[in-house]
Amino acid sequence: MKAELQYRYFYKPAVFVASLAPAALLLCGALGWFGQDLGADPVAKLLHSCGKTGLNFLLLTLLVTPVRRLTGLSNLVRLRRMLGLFAFFYLVAHFTVYLVLDQQLDYHSVLQDIVKRPYITIGFTALLLLVPLAITSTNRMMRRLGRRWQKLHRLIYLIVILGVWHYWWQVKKDIRQPLLYVAMVAVLLGFRLVVHLLNRARAARNAGPVTSTSAPATVRERT
Amino acid sequence: MRRHQPGRILPSQITPEAVYLNRRQLLAAAVASGALAASTIATLPAQAEDLAPPPDPRLKFTRNAKYSVNVAPTGFKDITHYNNFYEFGTSKDDPAANAGTLRPQPWHVTVDGECASRGTYAFEDLIKGLPLEERIYRFRCVEAWSMVVPWLGVQLSGLIQKLKPTTNAKYVQFVTLMDPKQMPGESSAILQWPYVEALRMDEAMNPLALMAIGLYGRQLPNQNGAPLRLVLPWKYGFKGIKSIVRISFVATQPRNTWNISAPDEYGFYANVNPHVDHPRWSQATERPIGKGLFAARQPTLMFNGYENEVAYLYKGMDLRRDF
Repeated sequence: MKAELQYRYFYKPAVFVASLAPAALLLCGALGWFGQDLGADPVAKLLHSCGKTGLNFLLLTLLVTPVRRLTGLSNLVRLRRMLGLFAFFYLVAHFTVYLVLDQQLDYHSVLQDIVKRPYITIGFTALLLLVPLAITSTNRMMRRLGRRWQKLHRLIYLIVILGVWHYWWQVKKDIRQPLLYVAMVAVLLGFRLVVHLLNRARAARNAGPVTSTSAPATVRERT
Repeated sequence: MRRHQPGRILPSQITPEAVYLNRRQLLAAAVASGALAASTIATLPAQAEDLAPPPDPRLKFTRNAKYSVNVAPTGFKDITHYNNFYEFGTSKDDPAANAGTLRPQPWHVTVDGECASRGTYAFEDLIKGLPLEERIYRFRCVEAWSMVVPWLGVQLSGLIQKLKPTTNAKYVQFVTLMDPKQMPGESSAILQWPYVEALRMDEAMNPLALMAIGLYGRQLPNQNGAPLRLVLPWKYGFKGIKSIVRISFVATQPRNTWNISAPDEYGFYANVNPHVDHPRWSQATERPIGKGLFAARQPTLMFNGYENEVAYLYKGMDLRRDF
């Protein structure tokens, strides 16, 4: 109960405010407040910043489970939905900047881009896949979907791979940054694979023929 | 060509613009021994680059109206702080931040290959006697953004005539300085260093081709390719090789750096062409730099608007193949 209150009245608001900081910085840049600016190519700056921040939030969302496992701070899961929704927020902003500021609502050109340019096809697919996850992020939807909820939300693994791929393919030459993201995603997804394989091995051992009746059910908490 | 006139001040004897512009860095070097350095730099005013500085009175030039577009140039700060110059880093703001290590004076250029005037020349001697002109050119980057730049330079054809190429010279190749101490980006193998570019001789002799030594009436800032760089307004920006130390006349077509790096994305010709897309993005439109958040994209023009001047060079060629 104490943890719940701590999260409700302290950690969650703190993370919420911190998560808005990148948006606030960009807004100050756009308005020229506090000496901030968006540089010579403000549209590109907004576009890339929103995309990168969205990708960062996807990684943060995926970081919650490994950190919980490794540190035992199981209450961290209370922050996960917010991080995921901020990823969605920044990626929708990313697409909106592209649609409105970069393409000036030229739907024909946007459609051509989505169909003809693989990196945009990939990025757009990732964004579309995020939509059902955002819609089903409420407590009510979690209850309604039950076990299927977790299955659906594993789409995040595919989404983050598509996101990094999208980033890699639009970089002209210097792929050091995208490579770093590939490495981080590999670690985050690799962790889950290892946990999964360990669980399976343990389950198989415990389900041996002699002690079949006493095999404890493995508590799996795959997220 | 190198005769010294006693009463005349050689350009190299004047405090180089670059040194003047980099005074903050020199100051930093002078006090680098202590923690003092950081505080000194921090308290120096930073507004120097914000406005276009006045033209350098030592540079005598005329505006070439025939080869200038009638459009307001992009701001000095944007032209000098939004650069692709991978020798100083791959971000657009890296060159302005890191190019202080380049020493553009004294500067020598080696001329070799199929020509009569082989040798190594001081930069000042190389361009001596050629009329210095201001030309306001459109500039189109292969990344689909564009600027308008008031360049200062000499017509490349005049320089080439001075170097007396033989009839065996079919191409002219240019090479950038290779010195990771001055160009820290050359320490990482992002591209194959040194940067090289080349033109067919008839392209090089086209009157639009400019060997630029300045912009906004002043010597080139380091980050824009000091002390001399190519400007080819009908081609994508990467053809405009910077900080040139070698000019070679050759018989066979050389490969250029970006073509070596990604042959399916960057060709030898690299002519601006809205009908031939980059494999990953469209070249039909461009975003003008410095026009703010709500500036509309502009349609990209064939040969960047210089079709009348250069189209004859590529007659009969398949520009989809020879992109």
